[in-house]
Amino acid sequence: MGILNKLDNRVEQFESGNIIITSADKLLNWSRLSSMWQMFFGLACCAIEMMATSASHYDLDRFGIIPRPSPRHVDIILISGTVTLKMATRIKRLWDQMPEPKYCLSMGSCANCGGPYWEHGYNVLKGVDRIIPVDVYVPGCPPRPEALLEGLIKLQERIREQSLAKKQA
Amino acid sequence: METNEVYEKLKRVFEDGIGEIKTDVPVYPFFFVSADKINAVSLFLRDEESLQFDNLSCLSGMDYDKDNLAVVYHLYSYVHHHKLVVKVVIPKSNPVVKTVSDVWAAADWHEREAYDLVGMTFEGHPDLRRILLSEDWEGHPLRKDYKVPEFYKGMKVPY
Amino acid sequence: MAELRTEELTLNMGPQHPSTHGVLRLVLKLNGEIVDDVKPELGYLHRCFEKHAEAMTYPQVIPYTDRMDYVNAMSNELAYVLSVEKLLGIEIPERVEYIRVIMSELQRIASHLVAIGTYGNDAGAFTPFLYCFMDREKVLELFEMVCGARMLYNYFWIGGLSHDITPEFITKTKELIKYLRPRIKQVNNLLSYNKIFIERTADIGILPVDVAINAGVSGPSLRGSGIKYDLRKDDTYSIYNRFDFEVCVGTGERGTVGDCWNRYIVRAYEIEQSLRIIEQAIDKIPEGDVQSAVPKRVKPVAGESYVRTESPKGELAYYVVSDGSLNPYRVKARSTSFCNLSVINQISRGHMIADVVMILGSFDIVLGCIDR
Repeated sequence: MGILNKLDNRVEQFESGNIIITSADKLLNWSRLSSMWQMFFGLACCAIEMMATSASHYDLDRFGIIPRPSPRHVDIILISGTVTLKMATRIKRLWDQMPEPKYCLSMGSCANCGGPYWEHGYNVLKGVDRIIPVDVYVPGCPPRPEALLEGLIKLQERIREQSLAKKQA
Repeated sequence: METNEVYEKLKRVFEDGIGEIKTDVPVYPFFFVSADKINAVSLFLRDEESLQFDNLSCLSGMDYDKDNLAVVYHLYSYVHHHKLVVKVVIPKSNPVVKTVSDVWAAADWHEREAYDLVGMTFEGHPDLRRILLSEDWEGHPLRKDYKVPEFYKGMKVPY
Repeated sequence: MAELRTEELTLNMGPQHPSTHGVLRLVLKLNGEIVDDVKPELGYLHRCFEKHAEAMTYPQVIPYTDRMDYVNAMSNELAYVLSVEKLLGIEIPERVEYIRVIMSELQRIASHLVAIGTYGNDAGAFTPFLYCFMDREKVLELFEMVCGARMLYNYFWIGGLSHDITPEFITKTKELIKYLRPRIKQVNNLLSYNKIFIERTADIGILPVDVAINAGVSGPSLRGSGIKYDLRKDDTYSIYNRFDFEVCVGTGERGTVGDCWNRYIVRAYEIEQSLRIIEQAIDKIPEGDVQSAVPKRVKPVAGESYVRTESPKGELAYYVVSDGSLNPYRVKARSTSFCNLSVINQISRGHMIADVVMILGSFDIVLGCIDR
């Protein structure tokens, strides 16, 4: 009973095994965090690390994270690299096109705060959080795949504690 | 062919269009060409049998000194395997150079970039508009006196 | 039916698109499925490299060159460092030269693996991507062993290197060469000679030599058109003249010379040549101190230098102008992908939309290099 083991203390299980009792939130959250679909979208250096993370060695698929080319299909957007002022408006539009509930993971120093381009980068947006809300920041230039994985696990924990039933503040 | 031989050859054809040659510089010698002759000189450099500079390796715009801008052409010949560096210096008050994009297709984007970042105009360029920055950007960032704008489309630019 | 009125369709591809290799935007003018005109819009990753270079000291520029073409950071460092060294006029220890060649060639392998993997992905083949990234990971492990970074190294310093290599590195590199040879064959079987892949790439986007040279196309993209020209051999730098390797060209083995398949296959062949160079260099590394020639203060005389190098993508050069101070007066990057991409309009016309993706991929562009 692999699936039910994952739900662990969140369910009450009956002996026949065919009936479980749990809250809607717990079930929904569990299913949401196990299939976070990601926007197929890379910006800069970090995108190569993101690709390396999704390739065979680190294998993002095991977290249920699959890249999708359309913003209408996705749950999370990884801002993987430097956001320039020319690109910023496009990112805002992509974010607006994503259906709720949606999450943003800012990957790497550039997306967090401008990174090495903070001082003289006349065309660099110093932090993607100036245009869209960010859930998890992953530091590094670029972050190692392990760091990105931890960021995604942090995001999963965040989703686990949320409630879709209650209206969000 | 060495730079000074090319220089002598050009001097015979274009006379006043060719400026002085600098040979006592580190690494590689270069010479100056006047801004209105650069297109004709380029065509000559490309098509003359003994020169055949068929490849424009790089075209760089730069803020040359207080009053001048410069365009630097790095040329190479795949036929004769020789190199050449040519410079055009233009005043900031009237930064106009003749285009070489009809001689080398490579110059097309490079000239747009020089226009975008340094702010010189290339006379006769088929499509001279900004290439890297947004079309509504103001100023030319690689000028030494460039001031970064406070806001762009409502986004704060400095940290 | 002849008088039926049809309209030209303008289609926007990118900047968010899975097949544009980053944030490139192509504005396509379409006649049905046939492409009439491609207008690339650049600058979505313009990170102001040249402005930064003017504000930093000479050694501080090196990390920014890493971030230009992030898939082959070593080659970017090498081009910049060579340019500054030429301006300084310093002698480099033999050991450093050998290690630089080995690192550059390892980086070439890693970069070509990304190129091949993502190109397969563009054609709809996901498996080669996984294989290539697995092998690339092995190369990155070596880099990590030497300098601690996976992608952006700051390893080549002006006059030397940041770290010396260890004996373990040498044994691991030899193991890697043994491991990679059959793997490259496997990738070739998987992708290069795959019938579907050949159908997608052969005879598509034929680039004639004269057009290529005139537009400044270089590297594997130029050699795919059949011209045997490699800066490592023909305008040699560092110590490349000491090694025996072949310059691979597109021969029209499949398709026509100068088409996408020939541009692609040059990269697949070059991996083998890079392995050969590493094999020759790895046993000859002389003893020495890798930091003995590193100057305390990098302050070149007023002047300028321009050194052309053969990066995995093609001709890469930095035009460094010094005014005699600690900061460069001007650094202009002669970006490879920038020039390579500029022919796309010319060779895409008359092809289908799906072919534009293949043509774009065959140039192995990296947006960090194009936009700087």
